[in-house]
Amino acid sequence: MIKDYFRFAFRSITNRKLRSWLTMIGIFIGIASVVALISIGQGMEDAINEQFESMGSDKVMVMPGGEGGFGFGAFSADPLTENDLKVIEKTKGVDKVAEMFYKNGRVKFKDETKTILVIGLPTDESADVITSMEGFEAEKGRDLKNGDKYKVTIGWRFWNEDIFEKSVNLRNKLEIEGEKFEVVGLVKRIGNPQDDAQIYIPIEVAKELFDDDEISSIFVQVKKGYEPSEIAEEIKEELRDYRDEEEGEESFQVQTFEQLMESVSSILNIVRAVLIGIAGISLVVGGIGIMNTMYTSVLERTKEIGIMKSIGAKNSDILLIFLLESGTYGIVGGVIGIVLGLSMSLGVEKIAAMFLGTDLLRASITLWLVGGALAFSFIIGCISGVFPAKQAAKLKPVDALRYE
Amino acid sequence: MTDTIIELRNVWKTYPMGEVQVHALRGINLKIKKGEFVAIQGPSGSGKSTAMFMVGCLDVPTKGHVFLDNKDISLLQESDLAQIRGKKIGFIFQRFNLLPTLSAIENVELPMVFQNVLETQRIKKTKSLLKSVGLEERMTHRPTQLSGGEMQRVAIARALTNDPQVLLADEPTGNLDSKTGEEIMRFLHILHKKEKRTIVMVTHDKNIAKQAERQINLKDGQVL
Repeated sequence: MIKDYFRFAFRSITNRKLRSWLTMIGIFIGIASVVALISIGQGMEDAINEQFESMGSDKVMVMPGGEGGFGFGAFSADPLTENDLKVIEKTKGVDKVAEMFYKNGRVKFKDETKTILVIGLPTDESADVITSMEGFEAEKGRDLKNGDKYKVTIGWRFWNEDIFEKSVNLRNKLEIEGEKFEVVGLVKRIGNPQDDAQIYIPIEVAKELFDDDEISSIFVQVKKGYEPSEIAEEIKEELRDYRDEEEGEESFQVQTFEQLMESVSSILNIVRAVLIGIAGISLVVGGIGIMNTMYTSVLERTKEIGIMKSIGAKNSDILLIFLLESGTYGIVGGVIGIVLGLSMSLGVEKIAAMFLGTDLLRASITLWLVGGALAFSFIIGCISGVFPAKQAAKLKPVDALRYE
Repeated sequence: MTDTIIELRNVWKTYPMGEVQVHALRGINLKIKKGEFVAIQGPSGSGKSTAMFMVGCLDVPTKGHVFLDNKDISLLQESDLAQIRGKKIGFIFQRFNLLPTLSAIENVELPMVFQNVLETQRIKKTKSLLKSVGLEERMTHRPTQLSGGEMQRVAIARALTNDPQVLLADEPTGNLDSKTGEEIMRFLHILHKKEKRTIVMVTHDKNIAKQAERQINLKDGQVL
């Protein structure tokens, strides 16, 4: 019986092609935007989680500057120093500590000079706290090692893209702040265009070169069996005592990667919710479009309703026929919307990879998303049809038959 | 009493028309026996359509009782009435009343869909019915592709699908030319004589009414 009702629904939808298309446009624009946003949002979160996971969750990061930011580049009146490093090293639960230095420097290759972010990395065994986490590992050649002086490893874009006129290769010479360095390693792709345009030199050399002994950030490896968030608190307390600062007014930040991940994903969630909410409005409008079409349809087919009732259709049959018809509007609009939405998000992924060089924007296509969107569009269709269908069902057979 | 299939006992029907109450039926009494071919005849406004709605369980009286197969239907709910219509009554309308989006075969199938008849059974029955009204060649045509006489024959086939106890024909020849009208009347006679079906025909046309076994004349909502 349901099968027959679906057939009637399709018949009456295809019978009024133009109106049906116009009705469904409302739904598929809404579904397409929601699907595209969810797909990209989910893909982005997956990508970020992956990045964080590769960094390792057993690490804590200490940076200069007060609360209110994370990542690199906070300028501070109270920079971190070697002494802070020592305090952290002695804190309970800390396994290894690595410092990192970075500054923009003038880099010359052949006859071109560019301003490039130069990162100073330790050359002892503490380096792998940073390299494993940040992905600064050489794909060709080798990493910086103990005893290296004027050696440099270069980001992915130097040897694959267009930072300099010619791509840089192993054993080429780069002039950094006037000193000649030999390229010993080509770093693998990180996936973020900024990160892929950095170069790495031994930290001691970097400090000398820039005549600066500030520490840009400190990476802490937590001992096995210790909770990173507890160790982070521990470090905060020790540093506060050492630097004689009040709680809440620290001139440095201590963050675990879990916290970092949480704050990133909570921002992402808010952005996503707002965007999906906006797209959701178009779905509501689409639903109202269906409702309008269904009311018109009930009015036009009053006589048909009378006929169906005279040959034995119960109120519930009429209700079901009209509900399925509006549900069909929803589901057909939904199918088109899903196809459109997924192509949109795949397009965004391709464009982002091509023009921005990032793989952070990617489309996540799950069965759950497709199935959910399909069910949702059907439900929207049905809900929009409830009132018109009720109106149709309660028509008196005599009145409906007499209607011209 | 047992051979009475329909009985209207002191049936009143009142419609509100703005401020005034219009009495479409004023205390009608009539009995129709099983296997009878009855014509309800009267001018427009005589209440014959309203009477047919009562007989066809499409409406219930304001006052009085309607018995179908010895069952009082005047107090039933719409969903129960729909069940009775679907099983016991077959309608043939003046304007054929086929669903325009469905083919001839689907139109005839429709009453069985509402009775939850299995698809294979439905198709078998529909085909034999359309064959019996001489439309086996035009089963997949839509109503707009059929002539008036053909549409009425589809409607007759549809009315017969659930083997109803009563066939109700409302001005069955009203929208047809006289030749086609005669053809439809011949069908009704065959159904009455050969298949012993009870037929109630509503018409304003005395010549058509005369073809029935018995005529009931209505005027101003009363039996003359």
